[in-house]
Amino acid sequence: MAQMTMIEAIREAHDVAMAADDKVVVFGEDVGFFGGVFRCTAGLQEKYGKSRCFDAPINESGIVGTAIGMAAYGLKPVIEIQFADYVYPAYDQIVSEAARLRHRSNGDFTCPLVIRMPTGGGIFGGQTHSQSPEAIFTHVSGLKVVIPSNPRDAKGLLLAAIEDPDPVIFLEPKRLYNGPFDGHHDKPIESWKKHPQGDVPEGSEIIPLGKAHVQREGVDVTVLAYGTMVYVAEAAAAETGVDAEVIDLRTLMPLDLDTIVESVKKTGRCVVVHEATRTSGFGGELMSLVQEACFYHLEAPMIRVTGWDTPYPHAQEWEYFPGPGRVGEALRKVMED
Amino acid sequence: MGSDTAPLSLNVPEPGCRPGDTPDFSDFEIPRAGEVGRPDVDTDPDAIRDMAFSIVRVLNKEGEAVGDWAGALSVEELREGLRHMMTLRTFDARMQIAQRQGKTSFYMQHLGEEAVSCAFARALQPGDMNFPTYRQAGLLIASGYPMLTMMNQIYSNAEDPLAGRQLPIMYSSKEHGFFSISGNLGTQFVQSVGWAMASAISGDTKISTGWIGDGSTAENDFHAAMVFASTYKAPVVLNIVNNQWAISTFQGIARGGVGTFAARGHGFGIASLRVDGNDYLAVHAVAKWAAERARLGHGPTLIEHVTYRAGGHSTSDDPAAYRSKQEAAAWPLGDPIERLKQHLIKIGEWSEDRHAQAEAEILDTVISVQKEAEAVGTLTGGKAPSPRDMFEGVYETMPAHLIRQRQEAGF
Repeated sequence: MAQMTMIEAIREAHDVAMAADDKVVVFGEDVGFFGGVFRCTAGLQEKYGKSRCFDAPINESGIVGTAIGMAAYGLKPVIEIQFADYVYPAYDQIVSEAARLRHRSNGDFTCPLVIRMPTGGGIFGGQTHSQSPEAIFTHVSGLKVVIPSNPRDAKGLLLAAIEDPDPVIFLEPKRLYNGPFDGHHDKPIESWKKHPQGDVPEGSEIIPLGKAHVQREGVDVTVLAYGTMVYVAEAAAAETGVDAEVIDLRTLMPLDLDTIVESVKKTGRCVVVHEATRTSGFGGELMSLVQEACFYHLEAPMIRVTGWDTPYPHAQEWEYFPGPGRVGEALRKVMED
Repeated sequence: MGSDTAPLSLNVPEPGCRPGDTPDFSDFEIPRAGEVGRPDVDTDPDAIRDMAFSIVRVLNKEGEAVGDWAGALSVEELREGLRHMMTLRTFDARMQIAQRQGKTSFYMQHLGEEAVSCAFARALQPGDMNFPTYRQAGLLIASGYPMLTMMNQIYSNAEDPLAGRQLPIMYSSKEHGFFSISGNLGTQFVQSVGWAMASAISGDTKISTGWIGDGSTAENDFHAAMVFASTYKAPVVLNIVNNQWAISTFQGIARGGVGTFAARGHGFGIASLRVDGNDYLAVHAVAKWAAERARLGHGPTLIEHVTYRAGGHSTSDDPAAYRSKQEAAAWPLGDPIERLKQHLIKIGEWSEDRHAQAEAEILDTVISVQKEAEAVGTLTGGKAPSPRDMFEGVYETMPAHLIRQRQEAGF
């Protein structure tokens, strides 16, 4: 075990995968010589050579399009989109091509491909460096969607994503890269170096996709969260005294519905939290699934706490970001009903 | 606010000829066959910039093969090439009728463009990969892919290798070097570059080919493919099939008013040339040159195949509504089958009788294969793929939510 930041854990997952399999190739904007703007691929070009880790032109559809061709050839591309906010030019290649290749060719061609991208806000990135586009990927048949919340999971889930035979969207909450963040932006920054989930196992152990993690056990209410919101929810529970069971979903597609249903049946209450805009967000899907599976166990209407249906703002970041105050309010309200 | 200049107006290019007009190709510059020389395969792209503004041609009006690009194929290979094109045309005609009879939903034929894919296929080696559009089935016909399997796919019957999931003619055969056709335009062009990059990354000796239509060169993927091919010097042959029409939109809407499609390669430093797409010998010779260039590590080539789509875009459009009915006949590069036939006759290796006999044989074969396919089923009758197949293969392992949905659907 070693204490690491999420950046170091992601870098190590690349390193382990590239050492184990020559077919793993890594590329993206600024990914090669410089090692990525967040440094997640630092040192890989030097260690594995320019043909396995290289800089790409600033063309997201080209990055994904060429990676699909490489995957069809038999390589395992692990590519970086510099910010999730930049992925839209590649959407056609992801949705119409990567996601459907296995199905449309009846397995003749497949697309084992990992598309990493930093996601979410909390860094004063404004509307082009803060978005959380997970729902536009969970809506697409054929994609898997993963979002780790800590270094340990980031490494294990990324290794699982690289092993996976299908395309995986790997969203990295950038506010969590260097430390856990509970939404109290005015407090000193914490580091993963002292956090138990910053303790990352060595080697190639994977964390299977499709398995949620109960981050905090509780009996009053189930909070469904992922990414940065996991720590916000934990803080909200501690600050309100509501004994919330916080579930870190880790993988949105395929979703670990069993863990969700088991928890909601136990607590009888459910709050859904995400940074992304509300309408047609993944929270709506979660509430539908809980309603379908747990209606007669619910003792109160479900509540969702999300980003507002506005472009992600700059100066108003903390009025947009669903912090522990808003989540705590939802916890209190769901307990009153 | 005043201005000293006249009001601006928008330029919207128009084709020279719409329904009711008399076709006029007098502005279309066609060099004599043999006029464009064959450079060495390691030639610097800058040294052959003029090739993007001319047209490589081998067969002249008299049916003779002339110039540097001639002589690459044996008589036997030429006869086989003629047979491939005739087979594709007959296959298309039968499937076009089958669609009109309601046996399938949709069809796209190659009428007038048979030489492009049939001749190109011959320049590749086993293991190379094509990333085709929907109008390169000649790559399959010429590489021995069974017509029965093609028809089963077109009919979406129980023997369809794609299990009924894809529109007719969106074939896929890794074994025959034919990448799964998307139907979205242009996406495969940049994927072909990625495949070629993978071959280079792996130290392999295989090459890939990308295909795109004149209209789809306007897509972002075209630009992406050119950037990546140029940057990484990918072993890929990038083909633009300029058949003059993108459904009802003439090629000038994608090309703009000046230059050629091939000339787009110049800004990327890619070797770029145009070929007479209705000349089987020229297409093959150019394809062989570009394939060799890629395989020897000299980088990508952009080929504009100048041809004419003599039929509709698909079974869903009527060309008479947007272009002159006389235009196909007036097309100055002629018909690819007729031209190769006349060449073989000219050199004493073919005759009208042998041609008629071959036509009859091919028709018999296609009809008998069609009967076999229809005995399995068509889109509207016979044995169909299972509804379960819809749920299979979305992922390698079916996740729980799809198992639940399949059960809900009752399959």
